[in-house]
Amino acid sequence: MRAAFFLKEAIRALSRNASPSLAAMLTILLTAVVLGVFIPIVAATTGTADQVRGRVLVDVYVEPDASRAEIEGLRQALATVPNVRAVEYIPKAQALAREKRRNPDAFELLGANPLPDAFRLTPADPGQVASIANRLAPRDSRGRVRPAFAGIDEVRDREEETEKILSATALVKLLTGGLALLLLLASVALVANTIRLSVFARRREVEVMRLVGATNWFIRWPFVIEGVIVGCAGGVMAVGLLAVAKATVFDPLAERFALLASPQTIDFQMLGLVLVAACVAVSALGSGLTLRRFLKT
Amino acid sequence: MAVSPTTERAPTGPVRPPTESQVELPPGAVATAGVPVIDLDGVTKVYDGGQVAIDRVSFRVARGELVFLVGATGCGKSTLMRLLLKEMEPSQGEIRIAGRELGAIAPKRVPMLRRNIGAVFQDYKLLPNRTVHANVAYALEVIGESRRSIRAKVPEILRLVGLSTKLQAYPDELSGGEQQRVSIARAFVNHPPLLLADEPTGNLDPETSIGIMQLLHRINRTGTTVLVATHDRDMVDRMRRRVIELESGRLVRDQPGAFYRPDESRQSITVRRTARTAAPEPA
Repeated sequence: MRAAFFLKEAIRALSRNASPSLAAMLTILLTAVVLGVFIPIVAATTGTADQVRGRVLVDVYVEPDASRAEIEGLRQALATVPNVRAVEYIPKAQALAREKRRNPDAFELLGANPLPDAFRLTPADPGQVASIANRLAPRDSRGRVRPAFAGIDEVRDREEETEKILSATALVKLLTGGLALLLLLASVALVANTIRLSVFARRREVEVMRLVGATNWFIRWPFVIEGVIVGCAGGVMAVGLLAVAKATVFDPLAERFALLASPQTIDFQMLGLVLVAACVAVSALGSGLTLRRFLKT
Repeated sequence: MAVSPTTERAPTGPVRPPTESQVELPPGAVATAGVPVIDLDGVTKVYDGGQVAIDRVSFRVARGELVFLVGATGCGKSTLMRLLLKEMEPSQGEIRIAGRELGAIAPKRVPMLRRNIGAVFQDYKLLPNRTVHANVAYALEVIGESRRSIRAKVPEILRLVGLSTKLQAYPDELSGGEQQRVSIARAFVNHPPLLLADEPTGNLDPETSIGIMQLLHRINRTGTTVLVATHDRDMVDRMRRRVIELESGRLVRDQPGAFYRPDESRQSITVRRTARTAAPEPA
C-alpha cells in the first residue's frame, strides 16, 4: 500500500512537473548514447593493441648436436618457466620451409639448412618478456651468457621490435583508457548536475513536506522512484537508438570490412544491459543523495 | 462577527473538540490540563553571526488559550515560531511542548512533533503541484491515514474553511485569502493540540484578514491552543486576547485581554515587564 502510494507520488511529480525531469532524461539519453558508441570503440582498440602485443615472442635456439631426449626434456623445462603461456617447437626443416617461402632466391643458393631447431615461447604478459630471457639465459659476473637448461644454444627476445610494440600499444591503451575515464566522469557529473537542478527546483516543496511532519524517507522514496523511472526511460531509449544505429550503419559496414568486426567487440546485449543499469543507478542515487541537503534538520 | 450562527452554536458542528484519541501528544508527554502546552524557560537564540534574535524569553501558554505574539518586524517572532517547530535549536534555555523538552527529541522524532503542531505561514507554503484536496490530504497521508478516512476528512475540513467548491483547483488559481484557508485546513485537518500561525494575514487585505481570524478563533474554540504572531493591529484590538510583545528579542509585555499597543489598554491588569526592558543591552 505504501509502495503504491510512493509510486503514485512519483508519477504525479513526473506528470505535473515534467520539464526538469525531461531535461534529466534527455541528458541521460545523450550521455548513454555517447558512452554506448565509445565503449565498443575502446574495447576494439584495446583488443587490437592486445593482438599486436601477441606478436611479442621469445625464440630459444637448440644446440645443433642436442639429442631427441634432450629436446623433449627442454620442452618440458621451458613449459615450467614463469610467464610462459605456450611453447611451440619448430624443427629446422619447418623453419627453412618458412624462410624459403619468404625469400626463395637467397635460400636456393644455400644448399644446406643453416637454421637450428627452435622453440617459440609466447609470454603470458608481453610486458614482462625480458624476465623470460633473463631466466633462460642469465649473464654471469663477467657478462657471459650461461643457459639455464641443457640444450639451449641461444635465447633471442628480439629486444628492439619488442620494445617498439610494447611502448606503442601501451600508449594506445593509456590514451583510450584515459579518454574513457574522462568521458565517464563527465557523464556522471553532467547527469548528477541535471538531477540536482531538478531536485533543487522542488526544494520548497520538500520544505513544506517536512513542515507537515513527513519523515525523511517518506519524502525521499518518491524522488528515488522518479529517478529510477527517468533513468530507466533514458537508458532504454539510448539502447534503442544504439540498436537502430548498429543495425542500419555498423552491421552492413562490418560485413565489408573485417576491421570493424574485431573479435574483441563487446557483446551488444551485455553493453545495453550495463548501460541501462548504470543510468538507473546514477539517476536514483543522484536524486536520493541530492535530497540529503534539504533533509537535514 | 460574520461567523455563521449554526457552526457557532451547534456543539456537533463540523469542528468538534478534539477527543483524547485524536490528540496525539508527543510520546512521553502527560496530557493533563495542568501542563502548559507551550513552556519557554529563559530561551535565548543567537545566530551564527552573533545577532541575538531571542533574549531570555520565558512564558507559558495553557491549553485552550489564544495568544497574540506582537512586535515590529525583526523582533524575533518568526525565530520563536521556528524554535517551537524545532527547525533550529535555542542557544540557551528550554522549550517544552506539552511537557516534552524539545532538546530531548531525537532528529528522527522531529516529524512526530510536527504532526502535533499545525503551522500556518504568511506565504501559505502550499504544494504548488497539487490540488487543494491533495494539499490537505498530504498532511493525512504523512501520518499514514487510510484512504477512506482521508476521503471523508478532507472535504469536511475544506467545507469548514469555506472552500468546498474548489477541491480540484490548484493553489495558483486561488486568491491569497483562499490559499490561506487551504493552509489552515491542512494545519488543522488532523486536529493537532497546538496551532502556530506566523503572520497569517500578512499578505491579505483587511476584509480577508477578518475571515482568517474568525477561522483561527473557531479553531481555538474547539480547545486547540493557538499562537498567532502578527503585526495586524486591527486583528489584535478586535479580539482582545492575551498579548505577548517582543522588542528586539526581549519579552516586554505579557498582558491578558489586551490591545496591540499597551497605552490603548484601559484595563488595569497590565503586567508590564519593565524589569526586563531595563536589562542592559547585550554588547
